[in-house]
Amino acid sequence: MNHDELDATLDSFGDALASATRVTPGNALRPEDIAVDGVVPDEDLAQYALRLGDDALILAQRLSHWISRAPELEEDVALGNIALDVLGHARSFLTYAGLAWDKTEDDLAYWREEEEFTSLHIVEQPNGDFGVTITRQLIISIYQYLLYSKLAASADPTLAAIAAKAVKEVDYHRDHATQWTRRLGLGTEESAQRMRHALEILWPYVDEMFQDEALHERLGDRAVLPSSLREDWEQQITQVLTDAGLEVPQVGMAMARGRSGEHSEHLGYILAEMQVLARKHPGASW
Amino acid sequence: MAATTPQNAGLSAVPSYEQEQSQARFDALIEQDSRIEPRDWMPEAYRKTLTRQVSQHAHSEIIGMQPEANWITRAPSLKRKSILMAKVQDEAGHGLYLYSAAETLGTPRDELNDQLMSGRAKYSSIFNYPARSWADMGAIGWLVDGAAIANQVPLCRASYGPYGRAMVRICKEESFHQRQGFEILLALSRGTEAQRKMAQDAINRFYEPSLMMFGPPDEQSPNSAQSMAWKIKRFSNDELRQRFVGMIAEQVKVLGMTLPDPELRFDEETGRWIHKELNWDEFMAVIKGNGPMNSHRLERRREAHREGAWVREAAAAYARKYENSEVA
Repeated sequence: MNHDELDATLDSFGDALASATRVTPGNALRPEDIAVDGVVPDEDLAQYALRLGDDALILAQRLSHWISRAPELEEDVALGNIALDVLGHARSFLTYAGLAWDKTEDDLAYWREEEEFTSLHIVEQPNGDFGVTITRQLIISIYQYLLYSKLAASADPTLAAIAAKAVKEVDYHRDHATQWTRRLGLGTEESAQRMRHALEILWPYVDEMFQDEALHERLGDRAVLPSSLREDWEQQITQVLTDAGLEVPQVGMAMARGRSGEHSEHLGYILAEMQVLARKHPGASW
Repeated sequence: MAATTPQNAGLSAVPSYEQEQSQARFDALIEQDSRIEPRDWMPEAYRKTLTRQVSQHAHSEIIGMQPEANWITRAPSLKRKSILMAKVQDEAGHGLYLYSAAETLGTPRDELNDQLMSGRAKYSSIFNYPARSWADMGAIGWLVDGAAIANQVPLCRASYGPYGRAMVRICKEESFHQRQGFEILLALSRGTEAQRKMAQDAINRFYEPSLMMFGPPDEQSPNSAQSMAWKIKRFSNDELRQRFVGMIAEQVKVLGMTLPDPELRFDEETGRWIHKELNWDEFMAVIKGNGPMNSHRLERRREAHREGAWVREAAAAYARKYENSEVA
């Protein structure tokens, strides 16, 4: 069969782009565009993109589990939408990183071992109940919002372009988490209690998000120094928690070194599930 | 007056002059192919039929999320994962539109949801089969969504306005769903031996259940005639099944796969497709609740509802405390 016949068959299915239920437009820089751009990042830049990509990928994998399990249909749509956005960001960052090593996004997602993943501990934390997921979202979406806002001014044009588009979507994620934090914090005694519990179990992983590495120093104005985000982040999240009748928990910080491949016990299971089918068929195209 | 609605049989009172006027107006609207809107008078049987049909359709979207959600976390490439996620999210959106359309007929969403969770309401029987392999994402998209589209495109012209309008939006997205399913199978059909086997196995399992999605043969479908007179339904079960089987018989060639139906052929004389005898006994058994996944599908829905109760209570309490006072 020739190409025209195949195109005709595919066209017979109609409009492939229609989706009326997306809240955000899904306009992150497409990995396909990055791959053909021809710009190859150097090793440091690729390592940096890998970190951002891994955070987004593991978070998307966690969030996607909610689809068909949310407390109400509107939240199946909202959490699905957020997971989809975040997966889009992961794809862009991983595609860009992979150009340095002649690897695709899928090589990086499916064929690396646990210790090669550079994601933060916060994103691999289990979904827990809806309150835990919302709290994790609040912590990470404020962080990503501040990070991408600054990264949009990166001296590296590709990272700047990915961040400039991603930040618009993350702004919605932050708003979603903020609204729910208010509802749950001020809703019932049970919901407030659950939110306090969620804050206590997740807060230990906050420190890691702001740790600088030598890599960041070397990258200079091409990257965002994590520690530079902390003050704004604390100010914003404290405001949201205060408005919700909640407070920053008094808990110690965990020794978390995800950036150097030292993970908790969760990532192994996440990867086992994510990678199983791809690894069963080495070399296959999908 | 076009007699689209059977007169009440039995002991009901003689219709009043107002009722007769309303009935005449309703019949005229149907006759002119105009739309019935929520505030219009409509016969109780029309309201009941539509509520059942629209809510069953909504339930099917919601339960139909489960077999596909089963593969989101294991999708074999990030692109496929992204497309599948978008698709399942669309289905939740379709459920929302349809529950809204059903609500305009007077039954609240909570009540419809209770009917689903208690097992009183039906949903598309095909979702009671498991999605065992990745290729099932292809077969469900191509065959199950394909059959759904064949059923749904005529519903865009359904006589009840909110239903028809919801269907216009839904059909747009469904064609994307069918395409992505076909593309999954196409990639598998051009892949390794194991991938081709996976694809053929999925087609084999979903072929017959997808043909049965159009409902029993016309002579055994007693409600169809009334629905057609009311212009809710535009084509008979068998007409739609014919159209669908003709379409997939062509498309399967592009895949280089086969349909598990050696008898399938186009009969030039009658202009009809002849296909194998369908297993209606199994179909009925699955509808009654004895399919491989009925119990699991319903329990999963009940579980999400149960686990989310405290969230909905908190949102309602918050709205009472804060949002009302803001409005006031």
